[in-house]
Amino acid sequence: MPATRRRALALIRSFTSPLLPDDYLELINPLWSTRELRGRIERIERETPEAVTIVIKPGWEWPGHRPGQYLRLGIEVDGVHHWRAYSLTSDPRRPDGCITITPKLVAAGKVSPFLFGRVRPGTIVRLGGVEGTFVLPDPPPERLLFISAGSGITPIMSMLRHLADAGPLRDVVHVHCSRTSDGVIFAGELRRLERLHPAYRLHERITSRQRRVSPDQLDELCPDWRERETFLCGPTGLLEAMKQRWALDAEPARLHVEHFQPDAHVGDGERGEGGTVSFCSSGIQAASDGEQPILVAGEQAGADLPFGCRMGICHSCVGRLRSGRVRDLRTGRVHGQPGEMLRTCINAPEGAVELDL
Amino acid sequence: MSATQVDPRATQPFSAQDESPLASLAPEQIEQLGRELDALHDEVFADLGERDSRYIRSTIKLHRHLVLAARALLLGSRRKPLWLAGTASLSLAKILENMEIGHNVMHGQWDWMNDPDINSQSWDWDTASPAEAWRHSHNYEHHTFTNIRGKDRDLGYEIMRIDPHQRWHPVYLFQPLYNLLLMGFFEWGVAVHDLNGDAIRSGEKSKKQVVKELKAIGVKARRQIVKDYIAFPLLSRRGFKATLAANFTANIVRNVWAHSIIFCGHFPDQTYTFSEDEAAEETRGGWYVRQLLGAANIDGRPLFHLLAGNLSFQIEHHLFPDMPSSRYAEIAPRVRDICRRYGLPYNTGPLHRQLGAVHRTILRLAFPGGTPRPKPGPYRPS
Ligand SMILES: Cc1cc2nc3c(=O)[nH]c(=O)nc-3n(C[C@H](O)[C@H](O)[C@H](O)COP(=O)(O)OP(=O)(O)OC[C@H]3O[C@@H](n4cnc5c(N)ncnc54)[C@H](O)[C@@H]3O)c2cc1C
Ligand code: FES
Repeated sequence: MPATRRRALALIRSFTSPLLPDDYLELINPLWSTRELRGRIERIERETPEAVTIVIKPGWEWPGHRPGQYLRLGIEVDGVHHWRAYSLTSDPRRPDGCITITPKLVAAGKVSPFLFGRVRPGTIVRLGGVEGTFVLPDPPPERLLFISAGSGITPIMSMLRHLADAGPLRDVVHVHCSRTSDGVIFAGELRRLERLHPAYRLHERITSRQRRVSPDQLDELCPDWRERETFLCGPTGLLEAMKQRWALDAEPARLHVEHFQPDAHVGDGERGEGGTVSFCSSGIQAASDGEQPILVAGEQAGADLPFGCRMGICHSCVGRLRSGRVRDLRTGRVHGQPGEMLRTCINAPEGAVELDL
Repeated sequence: MSATQVDPRATQPFSAQDESPLASLAPEQIEQLGRELDALHDEVFADLGERDSRYIRSTIKLHRHLVLAARALLLGSRRKPLWLAGTASLSLAKILENMEIGHNVMHGQWDWMNDPDINSQSWDWDTASPAEAWRHSHNYEHHTFTNIRGKDRDLGYEIMRIDPHQRWHPVYLFQPLYNLLLMGFFEWGVAVHDLNGDAIRSGEKSKKQVVKELKAIGVKARRQIVKDYIAFPLLSRRGFKATLAANFTANIVRNVWAHSIIFCGHFPDQTYTFSEDEAAEETRGGWYVRQLLGAANIDGRPLFHLLAGNLSFQIEHHLFPDMPSSRYAEIAPRVRDICRRYGLPYNTGPLHRQLGAVHRTILRLAFPGGTPRPKPGPYRPS
């Protein structure tokens, strides 16, 4: 923040303390917040019998996203605020400045049924930050392979829209599975892309009547798959099978994977040496070899720690850092300032760490 | 002189009048009562939802609108009617913010919403007590050790004799006087009280911690002074003095109101206090009974309860400190019914009566002696 702006804010704050100027500004427009990013739901568009696209107008300070990244969305359902991750499905250069997400109904769930059937235009949501390393390299590779299944199409849709916006698609093979044919999210748009861009080859698989895609069909569907940058998103079984194939037969670094559900292994960042964690409330000591996140190390040492998603989305697991440094297992970045709120599920200690938990 | 110095005789009840109704209940009854209250708690928590979220959000909004209205009116503070309307609005805003919003949010009553902003850990209020120190002294010490003589530092706030069990000392002769001062400057009294003089003297609290807490009070003090006594008065330009006076008045009004409501919560002379022995090895049910007997309600209409931060339902608040305040009025009839069935007093009365009792006690106990007053309710000591 520039110094003048900081000083101006400090001056205004002396009038509003202990509240922030935002607390009053938001009486006029809830999107005018400098403290947290918010968005207003503009429209809800039906995609399939089980999926909707939510069009959100973000506040001023929306930082933009890279195609493939996800948004942490905060929304109140029955009085309780929830955080969930949704891949952004819009092209970052969308002319109206809006962003979109495309949730698919999980009938037993809390948030997706609300987004699917109950949320109304005008609802204010929190935009908790754009994250994710599942992104299209810049400039995009010459040859691409996309493999998606079900709602796993969402991050790939943002990539496709982005590529198509820049001009004719170059060499893209896309294998997409869906259980039923009317359940194919973005079906119309995918087929239009196919018509308009000869270099975009779409293989649709309807698994209720066709075989589901498995690694042994790769050679048939896309003989040069080993030479392509591959982006893969779908159910855990598919992800695991494909990862194995790449590990055995190809260059694993060229396979990029997005998980929608927790993965035993957190992220692909560079690993450190690990270290020790002291939990100050319980007095428990734990150790991590650099692979285990603080949460897992603590649980193994007998600590009763809060958690939710276990993949860095919900912030249920946060604890205040007293001292030490940690490594973000998703990116390999080493960070940590005393007083900072840390997610224990995605950080491993880097040396000795003390936490208020 | 402090509340930890208890009259040695205090381990024995003064008389049958003073005997705690706890003694009249069999252990199974206490356990049964505990289960009933647990069930009531769970029933309300299972029902929390959008209605409650809307309530706290609109209360917060109301506070902010009141502040904006007050500050705007006070730009013209040199005009008498504007001064009056502005001061009234600001006093109301400060009362609402401290009582119904700050106190209750910081109790964690709205933490179930999982909202990052309306949250006990991140909330700060417009008063002299830094949030963290207050949460410790109030939520932990006072709500855990409620009315246990020698442990609940809120009994007389270490400077007053409000229970005949406390040993008399000549300084108490001045207590009616300093109570008046405390009334006007209550927020500062609470801030200093949170420091815990006893813990400092006994060395239980490190010097470093004391310095840290003092600094935090300093920060809060500076912010209030800058805002109410410099920034807004300057904004009124030629109305500097009038706005300063208005802001000062609003702070005093809020302090007197908070003092009155809070003193009515535990000190009307019909509430019970407990010896450490009575509370030793207490069960969950026993804890509930102690909370029931140690608190007093104030009767009133919804607007009154709102401005009292629903601490007029002190009994319900002490049973369920983390329950959203807006639910206290709804469960009050059921708590009262439980009291009736178990033969326990449910101490309530109109403001003038409860407050009258508080001040009579403060006056009477400034002098040596004094005996516990007769207790109300269906319970009669045998
Ligand atoms: C990086 C990332 C990106 C994501 N992008 C999208 C997206 O673009 N579109 C989308 O629809 N979802 C996406 N998700 C999933 C999304 O965050 C939620 O998990 C999903 O919407 C379910 O939330 P819920 O509150 O309805 O269910 P919850 O109340 O969280 O869960 C209820 C039950 O359903 C199970 N469950 C949770 N998710 C699924 C699932 N996907 N399939 C089957 N069962 C499930 C849970 O295990 C639980 O038992 C993404 C998740 C991640 C981590
Ligand atoms: S962020 Fe969800 S458990 Fe850590």
